[in-house]
Amino acid sequence: MSDVDVQPSERQPGSDQVPVLEVRDLEVNFAGRLGLLSGLIGRKSRDARAVDGVDLTLRRGEVLALAGESGCGKTTTARAIMGLIQPDAGQILFEGKRLGRDLRSYRRRVQMVFQDPTGSLNPRQTIYEIVAEGLRIHNVSTGEPGHTEEELVSRALSRAGMRPPERFFLLYPHELSGGQRQRVVIAGALALDPEVIVADEPVSNLDASVRGEILRLLLQLRDTLQISILIVTHDLGLAWTVADRVAVMYLGRIVEIGPAEQVLTRPMHPYTRALLDVVPEAGGVDRPVLAGEPPDPTNIPPGCRFHPRCPALASGESARAAVDGACRTEDLGLDELRPQHFAACHLASVVASEGDRAPATTDRA
Amino acid sequence: MSVLSARDLHVTYRTQGGDVPAVRGVDLEIERGQVLGLAGESGCGKSTIAAALLRLLPRGTRVTGQIVLDGEDVLKMQGRRLRAVRWTGASIVFQGAMHALNPVRRIGDQIAEALTIHAVAREREARVRVGQLLEQVGLPPRRIDDYPHELSGGQKQRVMIAMALACSPSLVIADEPTTALDVMVQAQVLSVLKELQRDLGLAMLFITHDLSVLVEVSDKLAVMYAGKIVEDGPTNDVFFDPKHPYTKALAAAFPQIGDARFRGHPSGLGGDPPDPQQIPSGCPFHPRCDFAFDACPTLVPDLYPAGENGRRAACLLVEGALAASGGVRR
Repeated sequence: MSDVDVQPSERQPGSDQVPVLEVRDLEVNFAGRLGLLSGLIGRKSRDARAVDGVDLTLRRGEVLALAGESGCGKTTTARAIMGLIQPDAGQILFEGKRLGRDLRSYRRRVQMVFQDPTGSLNPRQTIYEIVAEGLRIHNVSTGEPGHTEEELVSRALSRAGMRPPERFFLLYPHELSGGQRQRVVIAGALALDPEVIVADEPVSNLDASVRGEILRLLLQLRDTLQISILIVTHDLGLAWTVADRVAVMYLGRIVEIGPAEQVLTRPMHPYTRALLDVVPEAGGVDRPVLAGEPPDPTNIPPGCRFHPRCPALASGESARAAVDGACRTEDLGLDELRPQHFAACHLASVVASEGDRAPATTDRA
Repeated sequence: MSVLSARDLHVTYRTQGGDVPAVRGVDLEIERGQVLGLAGESGCGKSTIAAALLRLLPRGTRVTGQIVLDGEDVLKMQGRRLRAVRWTGASIVFQGAMHALNPVRRIGDQIAEALTIHAVAREREARVRVGQLLEQVGLPPRRIDDYPHELSGGQKQRVMIAMALACSPSLVIADEPTTALDVMVQAQVLSVLKELQRDLGLAMLFITHDLSVLVEVSDKLAVMYAGKIVEDGPTNDVFFDPKHPYTKALAAAFPQIGDARFRGHPSGLGGDPPDPQQIPSGCPFHPRCDFAFDACPTLVPDLYPAGENGRRAACLLVEGALAASGGVRR
């Protein structure tokens, strides 16, 4: 493994190289449970289609945010990518190669950071043991100078911002604050020099004041080590601060994906707009809030799966564009409506073809 | 007259490891129809205040100062009076709606319990009233006989709100009422709370670490750090023009989507919240403060006037603060 100590590298976001990670038509179903009685009378259980045809690419050195409500399948997608769940259909490609049965080397190069740092650290292991565990499993330490276990552990800890690392070696997780615990989790991932980090809600269990520090750390890892990051979150504000691209999931599908500036400031899908509307904003004005509960993946509506809750359909906007019939009956996939900006919405397609193909505004400060 | 006023409130937990001063001299004032937002990191003492207001703290905890609810001193109340005031005078909506309901009892019965115990209504009338309450919080009254497991998280939180309103209290304390909820559901619950507060003219104490929620719901904002209020004033003034460096850091932690300054620049606060048993000398925030100067580790700042509309901030950098505290800036 090359020595990738902190060295800024040129990033080429959006370049045509092979993506680090690619997901094609991923499907994950969870078998429905059936009570004894219902089983006896021959009722069929309904499977939950948690992920229902997801395509996703993660480019090298990119931060991609996967956003959506609870139950939309974003965590299931992340877990399937990690090989923690066996997908029912679809492919996962790492550096252009299909994942085989042997996930060992893959797991070393793609690491996961979970939501709850307290739950993901063994309370009876020292910080040193926790960070060294991955190294031992993958036989990384060669024992040569520069590659001894202790050196690798202390390098990982200091990259994760735990400095000086030796001070933490013999501490236990309960002796650390929440932010420090999440840094240890990240250090455990970094110890193996991964190319990809999949972070599932990495800061939602942390205090608002500490979140920024952890996010800054992730961005720093991207900039210095060129690690690609898939960050699963329900927080679009977070996506705005860190992500290069944003994918919005609804009921097992990606309904909109594109550059963060585009998706978050000029959203095309009504669902993305609804999510943006509920981001708390100063002023306390009454904003439209989608009624109803998060959708039920055991009962996916026909047509556009968002149509029962769609404000554009309810307000008659879709009818004026003469797509309301299609909304209710025709399922649809993602379409590139603006450069690099895809959405799956009948209405948005009509609006886009009517000349909203304005050049993307990409000026950022 | 204010619904709630707390003066010089101190709360000290007694543990085997020594005394833990969780609240160290806090003044609060909430008027009828007003929402006071109380913000701060975990461990700053904000939930302790919620529990202290209704005397729900563990036995042996030392509470001093004065808590006046509807003109009556809560700390001087005796057993029966205290029980009567809890829920009729002030009620609490807790964070974990999922765990606050009894799983083996119908939700209607659980709400009615508060009504019958406090003799607000007899059983038959109670059922009618429960139906109304459910409607008020946006649940169909036919759900009255549901068990908690038949409801979603947001619906359970609505039940908790209905319960808190059952005895028409003059003050509702909401302790992180939306923290465990999903974005969309959080927005729904917040709009129910706001609507009810407005319609019923409730006084409300809204506690959360999420400043962006408070900006939506509260009229006044108080920011706590290490057991003390470090800044207070009208919500929008405090959020958009914070005077205390800690408030600045908290406000900056919530990005405005579309604002280019936040792109690629997650902002936060370095360091960790202080251990309540080892509160730093002087201004407790000084070890994490970017603006600290030589007087900060020695002088304990009071809440100094900091602008119009009665704004106050506990920072030596506030104009006139240094002179008031008897220090000299070198």
